[in-house]
Amino acid sequence: MTKQYRIPGRGRVNTARRVTFTFDGREFQGYEGDTLASALLANGQHLMGRSFKYHRPRGVVSAGSDEPNALVAVGSGPALQTPNLRATQVEIHDGLVAISQNRFPCLKFDLGAVNTLAAPLLPAGFYYKTFMWPRSFWDKVYEPIIRASAGLGVAPTAPDPDQYAFRYEHCDVLVVGAGPAGLAAALAAGRAGARVIVADETAEAGGWLLSDTTSRIDGKTGAAWAREVVDELNAMPNVRLLTRCTAFNYGPHNMVALNERLTDHLAHPAVGQPKERLWQVRAKEVVLAAGALERPLVFDGNDRPGVMLATAARTYLNRYGVACGRRAIVVTADDAAYRVALDLKDAGVTVAAIADLRPAPDGALVAAAIRAGITVLPNTTIQRAHGLNRVCSVELAQLLPDGSVGKGHQWRADLVLMSGGFTPSVHMFSQSRGKLVFDEELGVYVPGQSAERERSAGACRGVYRLDRVLEDGARAGAEAAAATGFDGSAPQWQTGDLDEPGRGGFAGALPRRGKGLRAMAFVDYQNDVTAKDVKLAVREGFRSIEHIKRYTTTGMATDQGKSSNVNALGIASEALGRPVEKVGLTTFRPPFTPVTFGAFAGHAREFLFDPVRRTAADGWARDRGAVFEDVGLWQRARYFPINGEDMEAAVRRECLATRSAVGIFDASTLGKIEVVGPDAATFMNRMYVNGWTKLAVGRCRYGLLCRENGFVYDDGVVGRVAADRFHVTTTTGGAAGVLNMMEDYLQTEWPDLDVWLTSTSEEWSVIAVQGPLARKVLAPLVDGLDISAEALPHMSMAEGSICGVPMRLFRVSFTGELGFEVNVPSRHGRRIWDAIWAAGEPHGMTPYGTETMHVLRAEKGYIVVGQETDGTATPDDVGCGWAVSKVKKDFVGKRSLALPALKAPDRLQLVGLLTLDPSEVLEEGTQLVARPDEAVPMHKLGHVTSSYFSATLGHSIALAMVAGGRARMGETLYVPVEGRSIPVKVTNPVFYDVEGARLNV
Amino acid sequence: MSDVMTASQARFDVAAGPDLRRWVLQGRDAGLAAGAAAFGLSGVPDMLRTAQVAGGTAARLGPHELVFFAEPDRADAIYSALQAGLKDIPSSLVEISDRQVAIDISGPDVELVLSSLSPMDFNIRAFPVGMATRTLLAKADGMVWRTGPQSFRLEVWRSFVPYMTEYLQKVACDVRF
Amino acid sequence: MLLIRCPYCGDRAEIEYANAGEAHIVRPADPMAVSDEEWAQYLYMRDNPKGLIAERWRHSHGCGRFFNAIRDTRTDRFVMTYEMGQPRPTIDSEAAAEAAR
Ligand SMILES: [Zn+2]
Repeated sequence: MTKQYRIPGRGRVNTARRVTFTFDGREFQGYEGDTLASALLANGQHLMGRSFKYHRPRGVVSAGSDEPNALVAVGSGPALQTPNLRATQVEIHDGLVAISQNRFPCLKFDLGAVNTLAAPLLPAGFYYKTFMWPRSFWDKVYEPIIRASAGLGVAPTAPDPDQYAFRYEHCDVLVVGAGPAGLAAALAAGRAGARVIVADETAEAGGWLLSDTTSRIDGKTGAAWAREVVDELNAMPNVRLLTRCTAFNYGPHNMVALNERLTDHLAHPAVGQPKERLWQVRAKEVVLAAGALERPLVFDGNDRPGVMLATAARTYLNRYGVACGRRAIVVTADDAAYRVALDLKDAGVTVAAIADLRPAPDGALVAAAIRAGITVLPNTTIQRAHGLNRVCSVELAQLLPDGSVGKGHQWRADLVLMSGGFTPSVHMFSQSRGKLVFDEELGVYVPGQSAERERSAGACRGVYRLDRVLEDGARAGAEAAAATGFDGSAPQWQTGDLDEPGRGGFAGALPRRGKGLRAMAFVDYQNDVTAKDVKLAVREGFRSIEHIKRYTTTGMATDQGKSSNVNALGIASEALGRPVEKVGLTTFRPPFTPVTFGAFAGHAREFLFDPVRRTAADGWARDRGAVFEDVGLWQRARYFPINGEDMEAAVRRECLATRSAVGIFDASTLGKIEVVGPDAATFMNRMYVNGWTKLAVGRCRYGLLCRENGFVYDDGVVGRVAADRFHVTTTTGGAAGVLNMMEDYLQTEWPDLDVWLTSTSEEWSVIAVQGPLARKVLAPLVDGLDISAEALPHMSMAEGSICGVPMRLFRVSFTGELGFEVNVPSRHGRRIWDAIWAAGEPHGMTPYGTETMHVLRAEKGYIVVGQETDGTATPDDVGCGWAVSKVKKDFVGKRSLALPALKAPDRLQLVGLLTLDPSEVLEEGTQLVARPDEAVPMHKLGHVTSSYFSATLGHSIALAMVAGGRARMGETLYVPVEGRSIPVKVTNPVFYDVEGARLNV
Repeated sequence: MSDVMTASQARFDVAAGPDLRRWVLQGRDAGLAAGAAAFGLSGVPDMLRTAQVAGGTAARLGPHELVFFAEPDRADAIYSALQAGLKDIPSSLVEISDRQVAIDISGPDVELVLSSLSPMDFNIRAFPVGMATRTLLAKADGMVWRTGPQSFRLEVWRSFVPYMTEYLQKVACDVRF
Repeated sequence: MLLIRCPYCGDRAEIEYANAGEAHIVRPADPMAVSDEEWAQYLYMRDNPKGLIAERWRHSHGCGRFFNAIRDTRTDRFVMTYEMGQPRPTIDSEAAAEAAR
């Protein structure tokens, strides 16, 4: 491929280093330092994409992040492709693979382009209008079509193999943008000694200075000056300059998110190098130096490839050494485009004419253009651009004094450069909640009152001339530094040969001759919104700019109104007959440009996604092939299959072994709270529904905790270690919540109590030894502690040691069998587990998991908070009314329990259910009804909360919450399931050892 | 603009911290004062500051909370002294030796590594040597104590150690670039 | 992410905290002595002002203390934070205007 559009001696690319890449499967060459857009333009390729709705051929319009058209996917393979990148920002490297988007089957010939012929049928609000009716069409016709055609690009389908990094950072002054204003600000703040971060989305700091070859700063070119400033900044230890780093979100309290791309520009990233890094920067002060965006002009065919922003052509010429065409027509409302024309002419490009919308352009640049022999046509507009995959000619026409448009004349051109003036980039300012104000003179919105500790500088607040930009930036930097306690003076520079951009401008659709019924004049290229669409929205009654935005979709998607915002406002303003400043402005939403999901995920993937908490005996259980389940962040052994057992078989075996001999269970994940202080019993009395005053030291009690609304919140066994010390246990999932609730009451309601709370959940490993042989197993291990029924009866505790390790031993049972829970400091957990296992194995000890634990407790009718309860169950509802103290004056929830609704006899109450067929195991969560033949919707009486097959009893058992359940003992209810109803008998929820004889042995 | 980028040398080290015994003391001013005195300190450390005695460190992690760390050979003596000193003063002393585990991190990149885990400012001006506080380290609660210009001790609950260690190692790779 | 000043630890990022609802809601000294209506009022009824609100926060991932804060619900700007047990301070109009900005 020849480099026919490369201009020798121009540009900052490294012509000594050729780079080979592919675009849509075709091989191209560029130079190191090229973007994908500049390299393609150097090869004469303007066509880079298809539009979203009409699939019209589209060329590159800009040279920066405001590019609405040239969206490409980069990378190959199902995992590596990143869609929706702007070709203007993609840096080429050897081996880069890029493909265009929204095309079918190929870029030059696209079947979807027939949508253009159907354009009259695809007006604003098309989706809202068309897909309303008939209802039945939605699922089968409309939705699949919308899904197929919606969205930009294609998401990768395989997991992303790349690494992404994340970092919080703090600084005194964050500078967004490293153009002239940003560099001046950073220098001022850095020299004053402040901690400074400067972030720029491009590969090289300097901004517009890298495209401007004529202005001089201290006698140097802008690029040379920028290089010196960058060197000075890089030498300062208090300054961090980040390139390829986009500030994309301005959060509250000056927290700004940056997305740094680390490897996208590299052919061979280092092993382990993260692809991107997300920064969350908390800045004491922020300087926004985001620059300004040139506005397109809105005319028929303004989306033809070869029609582009004037200053973009200057960037391609001076930064990349690329001429965007051979014969250019310039259409402008601002002086800046004249400089572009002069530069192009100087580089050998024919500038056929400059059409100026203004009646009498008179700046120095205008004179210079005329002097250079360029035809200048004042008071002239463009009617349309012709051409399909590339513009070939345009029609220019004179603006007549009465406001109409005169007869058009055809001009041949392969490049149309448009300039509607400049729009300050106020996206970040708007995100910060700052108030935008309309500047009458400039005809655009500029930053007004700041909401955050922030100031804007330079072109992003409408200051365009280079000397003023530098002064504005330096002052902003110095002031920001001073506000954080670092005083310094604002640096000053001598400037020369300055242009005066930004004095003109145009907003809205260009005037045209005739009605232009078939004209396609685009306001928002990316969303394929035309001037007609905006006018139509107004005609159809939309008045608010926010509604017009949603109805037409202008200013949405990745573009967020960068190029379209002001023109859309201009058209709406004209259609509404209201001045622009009265039309209002839509919100600029984050992100400023799209950010990959990988960057947001950062390190939090796979093992680092969430902490995985394992107990001391975890390795033992894994060695035995236990199947685990997640309980909160914990991993708990669910069952221990042997010889290929399934869960059902394993659980039967574990249940029978525990009831007949002894089982061992890891209960370490239970929450534990040490409640200590002279007022410990008083505090317990106020928190729990139970009474604690009379609980003797060395005894335990089942504690039930309600919320203030009277509903059960948590439960657990509580042991009194000393008069002023309780060992409280909570559910595994409730540990943090219970401690928080206790602290809440203690700190907020009862700060006078002398009691303090300490989480000891992870201090103790807890080994439950349950079954008739439990005492036999433990007795030889507990270093002489008497654990006989007399010395250590059910619901008591003792401190001692086991195998020489300090121990708190609880005589408690969640199985209904003789049981102990051995608490040892967790560093010893595994050793003591092994010791108990060694002692227990000769007695037929069987390890069991959470599933067996659930079956055993259900046989005893013991509730599990969160399974039987759902946040609306009182203690009495779940059969625990016996635990509620009748003598205490107050406890959390007591007043609510006295409310009539919480005492109603038809509340859901805990009952047992037995199926007629003993092998029929009900589904948990299924509903209960009175009659099987009831008409739908049936009246629900309750639901099944727990259901298992009980090997011990030889039939299935279930627990259920049933309206007025305790008065229904013996009744038959029905569980309607697919195609039938299962009859069940309501029973006592305690199925096994009702009198509790097995506990007290 | 180089086409190839290489990682700098590892400038960060993560190691298991020492085996320590630990107690949390909570109480009102008198309780903290008595505990600090029994521990051998001249006064209660300021909020988020540590103070050291032979074989032990006290960290003021809350307005009503002191955490004592003791080396094993001094632990029994320190515990006895604390019990004796707090005998008649309403307070709570609870052993948490096994609840948490120490991880020592050090090296020139140590601030960068911590900045990847916690939104606190670890610049030495904001987080001087001797400062200690609890914060969130990624998704784990943890204590961070600056033991030197380039060294910190972290403490996390025991079950979070594998997560924390792996996280630190992962981040240490990233910050080289 | 908000920056919130713990009265004990200083400025910390929002993720270290948990919001704990409206402040200065006093639990009746003798709940059994109040009417059902009064109890329901205490339990459920909260202000939802557009403007300054007094609310509780807990520095749950830091020192663990609950404290009070005055925040403007429109701007998320904090006027001040103060310890539990202190009465709701009166905010002068200048500070309120600054928070509303
Ligand atoms: Zn705090």
